[in-house]
Amino acid sequence: MTAAPILQVSRLSKNFGGVRALNQVSFDLKPGELLGVIGPNGSGKTTLVNLITRFVKPTSGSVLFKGKKISHLPPYKIVRLGIARTFQMVKPFYHLPAYKNMIIPLYSPRMNQLAGGTYGDRDAVALDLLEEVGFERDAYVAYKVAGALPQGYLKRLELAKAIALQPELYILDELFSGLSLAEVASIVPIIEKIRMAGKSIIMIEHRLKELFRIADRVIVMNYGEKIADGPAEIVMADEAVKSAYLGTEAD
Amino acid sequence: MKNRKERIDRGIKARSSDIFALLSWREMLYLAAPRVLPVVGCLVLPLVLGAYWQKVLLSVAVFALLAISWDILAQTGMVSLGQALFFGVGAYLSGVMNHYWGLNPLITIPIASVMGGLICTLLLLPVLRLRGIYFSMVTLIIPLILVRVVEATKIFGGTEGLSGMTPLPSKWIELYLVMAVLLTALFGFRRMMDSDYGLVLKGINDNDRSVINAGINIYWFKAQSLFIAGALGAFCGAFMTHVYMFVGMPVFALDYSILPIAAAIVGGPGTLAGATLGAFILVPLSEALRGFGGLRIVLYGAFLVIFIVALPEGIFHYLQRKYHQFERWTEVEK
Repeated sequence: MTAAPILQVSRLSKNFGGVRALNQVSFDLKPGELLGVIGPNGSGKTTLVNLITRFVKPTSGSVLFKGKKISHLPPYKIVRLGIARTFQMVKPFYHLPAYKNMIIPLYSPRMNQLAGGTYGDRDAVALDLLEEVGFERDAYVAYKVAGALPQGYLKRLELAKAIALQPELYILDELFSGLSLAEVASIVPIIEKIRMAGKSIIMIEHRLKELFRIADRVIVMNYGEKIADGPAEIVMADEAVKSAYLGTEAD
Repeated sequence: MKNRKERIDRGIKARSSDIFALLSWREMLYLAAPRVLPVVGCLVLPLVLGAYWQKVLLSVAVFALLAISWDILAQTGMVSLGQALFFGVGAYLSGVMNHYWGLNPLITIPIASVMGGLICTLLLLPVLRLRGIYFSMVTLIIPLILVRVVEATKIFGGTEGLSGMTPLPSKWIELYLVMAVLLTALFGFRRMMDSDYGLVLKGINDNDRSVINAGINIYWFKAQSLFIAGALGAFCGAFMTHVYMFVGMPVFALDYSILPIAAAIVGGPGTLAGATLGAFILVPLSEALRGFGGLRIVLYGAFLVIFIVALPEGIFHYLQRKYHQFERWTEVEK
């Protein structure tokens, strides 16, 4: 028997004016699964995330989370149900110290739902969470102004903000982009830890090598449509995928 | 060799930042002075000023409160061009309650503040989704609409307005009521904006998507901020109704929208203290220039430009920096 899917996306579409950004995309996500979403630029990956979290209204189609329809809810309610995302463009609160950036997710009503109360000292919790994602406490990185942090730390801060919400499903939008190999290597264990805790993850990535090492399954998008779905090695052998990435040979 | 100016925190700032401040009077004074000075100033000023400048002080305090109200909204990401809306709604509410029902000013003022806050929040609720200049335009237009409504329908005395309001029992009650509200609002809301709640409000200004992504309903928080600002503005209107003993169309005048913004910008936005300081500089300045007749507005405008060009960060930020830091020139290697 297979477990009921935690997320069911069916026939999701989005038109921006006359442009069909996403066309009838459907997939299921099993609990504890790590799903990679890949595809060339402009293929609709981020639109897919925006539609699931409903930062953008779908034109048609539906999204079910744990069997319940969420595609009509406002985005903040979807977060409260247990879906947390990161943004591709990290925009922290630049003039605040990094740990103060964590206060806003810790202020979330989801904290009430989970623990039956809010944290008394959010600063302390914030520092703990940041240490978990690699803000070395001894180096006082967490106290530095967010605007002065390098990209690697900003991405980790973004991830920590999602972790603070203790979601069931993480949607990580190009977490690895703009990072060095060493920085990616230091973030991968954090993601593995989230997986070990049984949480589901959707990762949108351009860094295929790193993604394939941790993903259970991969979806390939092209021109707003899903063109392949399956384990990484099978998907990458697919002719349609090859042509999407490398282009078709000219006659 | 090149020189570069560097800013360094004064030693006393670090020494007074913790429990160690209690070790000496100097450190305690360093912490207390910026807080005690405005309190003492506000309480002593009414006693030392003459009758004319006491009246000016009332209008200073009212503009300071309007500027604080503007600053709270601006920090939540809503730049209002219509403080006159809050002011006018409070003024009319208080005026109507006093004129038609004969209620005491000490009852009408608090009721008008709360009701005014609610009414302004409800009026602006449909446009909370708008951001930036679009929100500002709506706030600018609503008071203009309300003026025409009063004019066209002739309600509440129409163009004549309502006069013969009950004044407050004495000028001392007037002065100390508005000073007490100003000090409470200044210190109370400064504390609020520094709390975690205030951080969420400021977060909406910086990056509202990130706040939504924390499962927070930003429209609910924006509405709360709007209510706070609206109630503050409505208090000013209700208070001035009983000072002037009159309420009429001028309460929606553009002055009440623009001057608070000028005060907040000159004083330094984002601190509330800057907004207050700005009002304490600009309003008396405008009064002092009365002797110049027609040139008054020219000189006033020139002063505004000088302040903004010379100290774009705002007077309060400048003073704060000088208080906490010193500057020195250092040599930089080529």
